[in-house]
Amino acid sequence: MVDIFVIPLLKIVILLNAILVSVSYMTLLERKVIAWVQSRLGPMRVGPRGVLQPIADALKLMIKEDITPAKADKWVFTLAPMMVLVPALIVFAVIPFGPEVNLFGRLEPLYITDINVGLLYIVSVASLGVYGIILGGWASNSKYPLLASLRASAQLISYEVAVTMTLVSMIVTAGTLSMVGIVEAQRESGLWFLFVQPVAFVLFFIGGLAETNRAPFDMPEAEQELTGGFHTEYSGMRFALFFLAEYANMIVISSVATTLFMGGWLRPFPAVEALGFLDLIPSWIWFISKTFAFLYVFLWIRATLPRYRYDQLMRLGWKVLIPIAIGNVVVSGVVKVLL
Amino acid sequence: MGEAIAFYGLSAFILGFAILVVTTRNTVHSVLFLVANFMFVAMLYVLLSAEFLAVIQVLVYTGGIVVLYLFVVMLVNLKGSPEAHEDPRRLARTGLLLSGAVLAEFAAIIVYSAARPSSGATVSDAGLSDVGGNVEQVGWMLYTNYLIPFEVASILLLVAMVGAIVLAKREL
Amino acid sequence: MTVEAQRPMFDTNEMVLNMGPQHPSTHGVLRIVLHLDGERVADSDIVIGYLHRGIEKLSENRDWTQIILLTDRMDYVAAASTNLGYCETVEKLMSIEVPRRARYVRTVLNELQRIASHCLWLGTHAMDIGAMTVFLYAFRERELILDLFEEYCGARLTYNSQRIGGLPLDIPPGWDRKVLEFCDIMDSKVGEYETLLTHNRIWLERTRDIGIISGSEAVALGMCGPALRGSGVPRDVRKDEPYAAYDEMDFDVPIGDRGDTYDRYLVRLEEFRQSTRIIRQGIEGLPEGPFIGKVPRLIKPPAGETYHAIESPKGEIGFFIVSDGRSTNPYRFRVRSPSFCNLQALPRLIRGHLVADVVALIGSIDIVLGEVDR
Repeated sequence: MVDIFVIPLLKIVILLNAILVSVSYMTLLERKVIAWVQSRLGPMRVGPRGVLQPIADALKLMIKEDITPAKADKWVFTLAPMMVLVPALIVFAVIPFGPEVNLFGRLEPLYITDINVGLLYIVSVASLGVYGIILGGWASNSKYPLLASLRASAQLISYEVAVTMTLVSMIVTAGTLSMVGIVEAQRESGLWFLFVQPVAFVLFFIGGLAETNRAPFDMPEAEQELTGGFHTEYSGMRFALFFLAEYANMIVISSVATTLFMGGWLRPFPAVEALGFLDLIPSWIWFISKTFAFLYVFLWIRATLPRYRYDQLMRLGWKVLIPIAIGNVVVSGVVKVLL
Repeated sequence: MGEAIAFYGLSAFILGFAILVVTTRNTVHSVLFLVANFMFVAMLYVLLSAEFLAVIQVLVYTGGIVVLYLFVVMLVNLKGSPEAHEDPRRLARTGLLLSGAVLAEFAAIIVYSAARPSSGATVSDAGLSDVGGNVEQVGWMLYTNYLIPFEVASILLLVAMVGAIVLAKREL
Repeated sequence: MTVEAQRPMFDTNEMVLNMGPQHPSTHGVLRIVLHLDGERVADSDIVIGYLHRGIEKLSENRDWTQIILLTDRMDYVAAASTNLGYCETVEKLMSIEVPRRARYVRTVLNELQRIASHCLWLGTHAMDIGAMTVFLYAFRERELILDLFEEYCGARLTYNSQRIGGLPLDIPPGWDRKVLEFCDIMDSKVGEYETLLTHNRIWLERTRDIGIISGSEAVALGMCGPALRGSGVPRDVRKDEPYAAYDEMDFDVPIGDRGDTYDRYLVRLEEFRQSTRIIRQGIEGLPEGPFIGKVPRLIKPPAGETYHAIESPKGEIGFFIVSDGRSTNPYRFRVRSPSFCNLQALPRLIRGHLVADVVALIGSIDIVLGEVDR
């Protein structure tokens, strides 16, 4: 009884809290990192060196007046932000933060569950995130936000194909769909899959940037200034949920990239005995550090690169990334059969 | 016991949402109820130990096909009831005819498959035996027994994609 | 019927989009009404006048020295250049000889102003295309120039830094050394901007072949400055009709060849380097002497009219003044502003491009609404 209900529930509570706090502190991290790149300091006033800024932002958004446009569809208007955030959060159910460890005398794995189709689960749940964007634009009951949301969702769907193809080549390499299985496969081969499949890594990262609507692929967000985007009519906490969902998606992509390409919770060079002292650092710290490195690169890219125009973005996805991804699958399959 | 409760609960949701799909006046709501319907069907697949099918159901159906339904519905923007001058009785008669035909077809399939249980058993036996895991089992089936239908379906999809692009482009 | 046949109207596709006067990307109060055919701009109407303050009329009631304050506020990004152009025009009408020291300092100030204006252009242009870090880097350098100007004349934006006949003040002690240090810093920073943008694939895709205009078309539309030089026309007032101390300076004028946004970007980037070259020559060769010429206490030019143009950072800025010889105010004061003439080319530039390119093109022609509307 305890095993079936209490332990998973406890893990869910801890993980959800950790994710939501991380997501809100991602806002601060983004502002700070981009500020430091730009020779300035970022938020400094609230709390020591600005550390309490996300709390101030959250409070501000919560006490704002909750406006629902008169002609908008009330149910859908409320549903849309939830449909963006919830898929981003439930993905964390299958992400492995660490192997079985000894916690208070019990042997507990550091993940909520390990389903045997873990990777597919992640892809399918991520594809549900498109609904929130489409519905958000539609619920605003006006032409420009609707078109903008359809554009943003078209971008998401296009890059989903490329990312899924990349994941297929990873499945071929690892031989299993389960997330824990992939980490184990990396431990057995002694090499992070980053070195085995560098092309897939680059493709996944670029596709991940486009999936989360981050620069340089954030034209739908930037053109809001011009034509009005899909969250024009949203204010207060609903508006915040859209952006929290974007950061949550970033953390999801980083975690998945860590698990698939950087060995998840494994230390560097897991097969080399001489570096065994690195085992003193707990596995989940390795996982979190690697995820953090990816997140830092996301922010670094946003600070540095200009933005792609929408048609250039779509052309990149369909004409460049998808053919390379398909080619990668073929090559991976051939190599796997031959070896 | 638990399985029975889960099954009947899920079925109630599935049927309830299906009824809502056909009875709602607002088309977008209708599509959203369809999404919910598909999600519960996916849960039903999980109950049947067909995890791969469940995830594919969410990925392909809910995450792809219904999204396109939603695009079309939003752009065409059907709101409210059908035109007033249409004869409601004619609509009802056509509806009854079509649903009667579909019901007859379902009945025929059920009777037919009940009379020949053998083919079903071999598939379920193979499922839990040597080949481990759901995905590999489906994969083996697709690439050995059902290879030709698989390839034909792929070609059909390719033709549909090319056709859509040809129709939509302004100049080639 | 024949006129309408030129532009077919698709009822379902053509829509009118208003980039209103208040807009983060139009760099001032500029209104552009876009007629879109799907995604592409079929036609556009530019509405200006939101910043019209009647400067030309006001000058008719100000005396000749007071007008210098008004010229500050036209191109507020490059005030020292506008000051210079006006003062030289009055000096031309009054045949005043400006001492050599003053001419050298004027050249240095003009080139410093060119760098400051181009810094602002680069920052805003890059930010519109998405590279937001360049904005802050460019403004960091602009701050250094503003500090230099503040040390010289006390103001950061509206300098009032010239007088008819020369300068109001001599340069403070140590200022020339600071300017030389700044030139060294600037040269390394231009290398930084180049690393970030010039060979960046995304930057190239956003600016190459966008807004191509041929040299002859540009001349026909009255374009001037770096926008004209990007199309391959070698027109620079500093070389063609030298003023201040430019005839004694050794510098090159960068010319583009394709006339697209990328070439205009490269031209202005190279102008950074040429400006530091001129500034170094100006400071190192700074002669001793008075900083203002022999000017009567009351400035009353003889009756007559004259036109004089200089190369401001935006292009050729020209002043036409008419004096009636009797009063201390001008009879007529007319400015030929480069931004106004470059803006004329905008509808031609954006036709056929996507909405996202409109923003890039507005940045590429580098306009300041204060100058357009006066």
